[in-house]
Amino acid sequence: MTIHRQIVDDFTAHGIDFVTTVPCKQLAGVIDEIENRKEIFHIPSNKEDEGMGLCAGAFMGGKRPAIIMQNTALGVTLNTLATLIQFYRMPLPMLISYRGELGEPVACQVEMAVHTKALLAQMLIPTYHFHRREDADELGAILKYTFMCNKPVAILTDASFWKGEKE
Amino acid sequence: MIRSEVLRDIAPVIRDHLVVCNIGLPSQELHMIDDQPSNFYMLGTMGLSSSIGLGLALAQKKKVVAIDGDGSVLTNFGTLPTIANNVADNFVLLIVDNGSYGSTGDQPTYAGKKTSLAAVARACGCENVVECKAEDTRAALETALSGDKMTIIVSKCDSGNIPVPVITMDPVTIRDRFMGAVKA
Repeated sequence: MTIHRQIVDDFTAHGIDFVTTVPCKQLAGVIDEIENRKEIFHIPSNKEDEGMGLCAGAFMGGKRPAIIMQNTALGVTLNTLATLIQFYRMPLPMLISYRGELGEPVACQVEMAVHTKALLAQMLIPTYHFHRREDADELGAILKYTFMCNKPVAILTDASFWKGEKE
Repeated sequence: MIRSEVLRDIAPVIRDHLVVCNIGLPSQELHMIDDQPSNFYMLGTMGLSSSIGLGLALAQKKKVVAIDGDGSVLTNFGTLPTIANNVADNFVLLIVDNGSYGSTGDQPTYAGKKTSLAAVARACGCENVVECKAEDTRAALETALSGDKMTIIVSKCDSGNIPVPVITMDPVTIRDRFMGAVKA
């Protein structure tokens, strides 16, 4: 099974049925997989804070939403995370490509990578970091935890994780 | 007519529907005029009323009215292509366009100058866009709500505010009672 399929299987197994995405090269396979699943409504958004608004509305309408985005977008979502998702206590799994880590070819990506965990910590957002392929085995538990505590939860996925082959 | 007069006029039309109301004075005015469990008041997060409204409309069948402002739409312009390409026929976006940032002291917006939000919405692919005078907003809303077609209404009204208390209700209470109204 591909890692993309494994991740989206975990999404559907935990009832996630509304996913908004802003693309990243590392996330292309997952986004394709999302697009092909009938049980998930996929709505691409133009900016990540817009996507979080869509997720907030979908949650209040009875859906289980998730957002797929790149870590460089954290900056534009801080206000939305604080004043919408956290203030109103809404669950939001955030599957985030962690650009700017080992294997990164683009220097500018490192500039937000060095702030990523600090920003998430400052926002008191529970954060999980997938570095090795087997780290994804926890995804189901993370999703369960997110909808248990009604918080945004970050899942950072770095280049080593996406490159790794599962035996 | 200023925004609070438009809200007073449309309150009887929207009270039986799910309403997502924009941050600041619009929410405070609606809360004062006709507080309903079916009103979701945004206490923060400028720009996302249309996005929350669209997500809600796509997630369930009841009709949703998102009340937005020209300044807020300008801050989240990306919302219009998303709305155009993900049609929810139970969704009405009402943009109260007073050409100013009302909640922050009536500074002029570009929508009050050269930029037409109705033209932008059409250019983004929105198919049912109505621009009307403030006085005609109620009739435009009634028409939109009686049909089954996603509609964007741009209501051109005057700039101006009335004194209004802030909303002190806890956000989780707002959200919880709103979700109760969604399920009812």
